[in-house]
Amino acid sequence: MTERAAAAAEGVDGVGFGDPLVEIQNVSKYFANDEGMLSWLSVNRDADGLPVETGREWVKAVEDVSFTIRKGETLGLVGESGCGKSTLARTILRLLEPTEGSIYFKGRDLADLSGEKLRNTRKDVQMIFQDPQSSLDPRMKVGKIVEEPMQAHGMLDAEGRAARAQELLEKVGLDPQHYNRYPHAFSGGQRQRINLARALSVNPDFVVCDEPVSALDVSIQAQVLNTMRDLQEEFGLTYLFIAHDLSVIRHISDRVAVMYLGQLVELADKRELFENPSHPYTQALLDSIPVPDPRADGRRGVLEGDVPSPIQPPSGCRFRTRCPKLIAPAEYDLSDETWDRVRAFMRHVKRRDFTETDPDAIRRRYFDGRVPDGAAGDVVSAAIDDIAADDWEDAAERLQSAFAEQSVCAREEPDYEVDPEYGTDRHTVACHLHRE
Amino acid sequence: MSDPLLRVDDLQVQFFTEDGVVRAVDGISFDVHEGELVGLVGESGAGKSVAVSAIMRLIESPGKIVGGRIEFDGETLVEVETGPDGDPYRTEATMPDGELRERIRGREIAIIFQDPMESLNPVFTVGGQLREFIELNRDFSEREAREEAVSMLREVGIPEPEARYGDYPHQFSGGMRQRVLIAMALACEPSLIIADEPTTALDVTVEAQILDLVEDLQDRYGTSFVWVTHDMGVVAEICDRVNVMYLGEIVEQAPVDDLFYETKHPYTAALLDSVPRPDQTVEELNPIKGVMPEAIDPPSGCRFHTRCPEAREACTTTNPDCREVGFGDPPHRAACIKHDAFDAAYSGSPPLDAAAQQGFDVSLSGGETDD
Repeated sequence: MTERAAAAAEGVDGVGFGDPLVEIQNVSKYFANDEGMLSWLSVNRDADGLPVETGREWVKAVEDVSFTIRKGETLGLVGESGCGKSTLARTILRLLEPTEGSIYFKGRDLADLSGEKLRNTRKDVQMIFQDPQSSLDPRMKVGKIVEEPMQAHGMLDAEGRAARAQELLEKVGLDPQHYNRYPHAFSGGQRQRINLARALSVNPDFVVCDEPVSALDVSIQAQVLNTMRDLQEEFGLTYLFIAHDLSVIRHISDRVAVMYLGQLVELADKRELFENPSHPYTQALLDSIPVPDPRADGRRGVLEGDVPSPIQPPSGCRFRTRCPKLIAPAEYDLSDETWDRVRAFMRHVKRRDFTETDPDAIRRRYFDGRVPDGAAGDVVSAAIDDIAADDWEDAAERLQSAFAEQSVCAREEPDYEVDPEYGTDRHTVACHLHRE
Repeated sequence: MSDPLLRVDDLQVQFFTEDGVVRAVDGISFDVHEGELVGLVGESGAGKSVAVSAIMRLIESPGKIVGGRIEFDGETLVEVETGPDGDPYRTEATMPDGELRERIRGREIAIIFQDPMESLNPVFTVGGQLREFIELNRDFSEREAREEAVSMLREVGIPEPEARYGDYPHQFSGGMRQRVLIAMALACEPSLIIADEPTTALDVTVEAQILDLVEDLQDRYGTSFVWVTHDMGVVAEICDRVNVMYLGEIVEQAPVDDLFYETKHPYTAALLDSVPRPDQTVEELNPIKGVMPEAIDPPSGCRFHTRCPEAREACTTTNPDCREVGFGDPPHRAACIKHDAFDAAYSGSPPLDAAAQQGFDVSLSGGETDD
């Protein structure tokens, strides 16, 4: 162990290994949908009085996210494009101001810091970006690129900086002789190593890696991932590792957080999350990955439809509009099979996946010829009549408000904890299936 | 076995650049049978995209097909031979440009690219583009073509197809745009679809949806596919047979199960070893050493020998062809002289151990970082 790692282990900076280094509490980040002088005005001709309304649409990129990153660990943050992973990362680094909530670094609220103090804290927190092409200045030599953060933070003298830059280049697996070359002379994987050296130059405690290997070929990916691991051990680093690739996340992380449409849906120890995934979204993600084994029994494509807009996210659980396990509304007392049929019918009406308008044909197609009994059946029959009258929108609306909107999934925001099957770490799941 | 639908024989494509001649595709041969899904897998720079573009004769200057023959359904799409003066020329068997355009492209062979935004015109509606395509290629009236377009959109899983018909490409998500392109490719019921990394830019759940859709459509229409990808997971899931490419050459060719379980080429083995697994935790990844050399200056002998853990002296001089090394049917071919089929001096040759163990340093002194 190096001197630095040993010092960190002793808790010189007040945080021992395994203790919380970064705490994120109820952080939200909204963006105004349209920027512009008068964009908050809109015309409403049906209004009483002035036909002008004020109010902005907000894109709720991140909403009410809380978690802790412990010193020395790698926390994997996974989610599909547009789910808010990068926004969250930038908010944690305070490159973006959080709309709500607080971020604590080593016990201090980053929101309280400004000017000189914030600058000093920035030294402890570094970031690596996805695109190794655009994150290096093409007109600067590699050595200068690595030295620049040290210079900005007034570390060492020129000679010391040059020596440290060369040492770091060697540490990340490059030849120190390349100190005087320009970035264009390096391949993607090597450029990502330069990024690593630059991030490490100021001795950070915490490195946020935003999709650091997703632009690289698989064989190169593995090289960079291995180097990142070695460096973590040597320097006692803490990583927040963002990726959309679950295989990479599984390889590098200690704990994993899964994000969907601006919120965390599940957080658990790596093994626990992969072996005992408890949120339907996590399960769908895992089922979707193509497994590099032709004899594996592939389950795929379990999700229907697209991610809803973050401007008006669904009420309750945000995943409910695509969830294959949407909970039946309690008042109808439907059997599982009937509920499956009703749900399929509801979804297909909304998407207009079929063209029949004949009531008998629809009944045969979705309900084996017989609609369910009771109140649920009345709604289904009414919707079938709507379709017969070519009133698809009414039918969709009727089914949505009678079924989907009545589910507990639509009415309450889920937040539960399950008993882990592997290890002892807390396993939090935002899904009503786990309500007791 | 019946005659293949597509046969590529010793195809060579070169790019004539200021820095020299890049041998992007250097003598590859493969075939595709009816109803088959054949994979073309490799890292970036292996020549996969160039190879499939050549099938449709879409290679643009400074690139040129300089040798080989491509045969589709009994017809010669291109045949290039070297003349007495040493210059390559197209033989008379080659289909004329006009005929290829009218009869083959779009109708018999369709192509789906990686980036759906670049393949759709941003200033026309999605439905309009699809309708025009059907109208032109299938002699439908405008109304019939419109109906066909809506039903194709429904077929590929676009919700509310009538309402979305009038939307512009930017109003569709990435996955939906790719579905539109698949609809467009299927619209003329081609017998072969070339898919060039069609799911690479998509999220996993969307990718899974598209793979499901393709499998489903393949069952229904019996379309053959050439599927270009770098993802071994995708290969395992959908391909019947696989061609592994490295630096312009096919190094291994096998049915998918054999490729994963009876791997015959060190490059394929190394590639499989370096992939993190979604279904199990791997403690240490075994990356392939170094980076792929540039095609403008390929290594002598076997092109993989600079990164190969099993390389020996003999590998630096012999560039093996892709030869049958197993007894299976369809055949399993590999281009590595360690197999008996080559009868090369591999076993007696001293290993290139020193080089293989130095890892990065070796790679840095070779290829693109040279002064």
